Amino acid sequence: MAYSNKVLDHYNNPRNVGSLDKSDPNVGTGMVGAPECGDVMKLQIKVNGAGIIEDAKFKTFGCGSAIASSSLATEMLKGKTVDEALAIRNTELVSELSLPPVKIHCSVLAEDAIKAAIADYKKKTGAPAEAAAQVH
Amino acid sequence: MKLPVYLDNHATTPLDPRVLQAMLPYFTEKFGNAASRNHSFGWEAEEAVEKARKQIADLIGAHPKEIIFTSGATESNNLAIKGVFQMYAEKGNHIITAATEHKAVLDTCKHLEQEGARVTYLPLKGDGLIDLDMLREAITDKTILVSIMYANNEIGVVQPVAEIGRICKERGVLFHTDAVQAAGKIPVDVNRDGVHLLSLSGHKIYGPKGVGALYVRRKGPRVQVTAQMDGGGHERGMRSGTLNVPGIVGLGEACEIARLEMDQEMARAGELRDYLKNRFLTELDEVFINGSMEHRLPHNLNISFAYVEGESLLMGINDIAVSSGSACTSATLEPSYVLKALGLGDDLAHTSIRFGIGRFNTREEVEYSANRLIEVVKKLRELSPLYEMVKEGIDLSKVQWTAH
Repeated sequence: MAYSNKVLDHYNNPRNVGSLDKSDPNVGTGMVGAPECGDVMKLQIKVNGAGIIEDAKFKTFGCGSAIASSSLATEMLKGKTVDEALAIRNTELVSELSLPPVKIHCSVLAEDAIKAAIADYKKKTGAPAEAAAQVH
Repeated sequence: MKLPVYLDNHATTPLDPRVLQAMLPYFTEKFGNAASRNHSFGWEAEEAVEKARKQIADLIGAHPKEIIFTSGATESNNLAIKGVFQMYAEKGNHIITAATEHKAVLDTCKHLEQEGARVTYLPLKGDGLIDLDMLREAITDKTILVSIMYANNEIGVVQPVAEIGRICKERGVLFHTDAVQAAGKIPVDVNRDGVHLLSLSGHKIYGPKGVGALYVRRKGPRVQVTAQMDGGGHERGMRSGTLNVPGIVGLGEACEIARLEMDQEMARAGELRDYLKNRFLTELDEVFINGSMEHRLPHNLNISFAYVEGESLLMGINDIAVSSGSACTSATLEPSYVLKALGLGDDLAHTSIRFGIGRFNTREEVEYSANRLIEVVKKLRELSPLYEMVKEGIDLSKVQWTAH
């Protein structure tokens, strides 16, 4: 299978790999997927006092497109407000990475991971977690 | 060393230059039709075909008259199974095969189920071997054929073929074996092994693609198969069609080289395979070998690098040609059915890589591949949330995953 240059770039130089402190009240953690499906994404955000996502980290078990989708997602998250982050759609990842139809599920998973991380953050801070119910 | 390195020799092998040399005259000046009986062009072609028939027979301990030329092992398997089912319809309709057979066997059996066949798909033990007691119990008075492969194309596990042959003989059942991965690699003998029908292919043994053979036993008992193509009645009426003379010459030459050089070649391949295996086992944790090491082709290694998804691993080693049991590499998005039949969870099947060392691989290539693999596995594990969780002592089987 031929990968787009953007996918190759994120795979070869993944951005924001790592973990944030799960117990930090300003950190939201989202873990989506399952090992038997061949993809698991862990995506974390750290939100500052102004409600801006100041840091985002990921770790992904999955194909190159899954790694690229989560790497790109962390790049897009940084500097956004939580509400702006909730508006990110998988289709933006698909077009940015030129994902073929068989890899669209990777972008869907990344969108789920963003929503799960925000839901976890909101749960910790006591905000209404309206995004938590969005499941594919 | 030239990149990329080819370590996918179970998928196909490069043509041996000696095979090419033997074939070349038969494309141009010796172009006759082996069925032309009345001029020297035909005689020349026929002579070449008969020489090849003997070279192939010698590799598997058969008589030349027992070799039927085909377009490859898929056709050989179809001809053997459909041909026996139709020829022996009066005796019964039951076929026994195994869950890890090649699709050319499994899908042929599935097809025959629509035509009234009853098929038993034997499960495999965890090491990839069939359970002989289960085979014995599965045979009924309606059983006409047992089709079990000699060696598996993914995990390289070699079945106890001689014992299967003995059981089939005792019960008066025909035994077909798909020996595509075994013939030319390990000693195969149709008499010692009690085989009635055997499929082999040119391109797995450094011969050309598009040519194969089916061995059909002539004595004790005389086996017949119903032809699957109508035409000129070539190949003792079992396979019509003008013979592919250059391909057949190539298959013959490939068999002869394999027979003469097998011991030396496979000892060398086995050493390189063991080197690869030992590097992985000593320099990485959480790696698992799939299938029996004891009953295995010397040049095969199938190994799961846990917590690293197969396709992403292949992407990282794009200068090394291997294949993965990962779903993402297949059109169906399902992980390898062979590994699943061994009882391997989908998570480990997704992380498996198959290596097949070949005649032309050098030690330098294998060392390079080991280095690259280890480097990329380590890098991807840095990226793997599963590896991180396991290192934190979390039992992944107890985690509530949000399956999608």
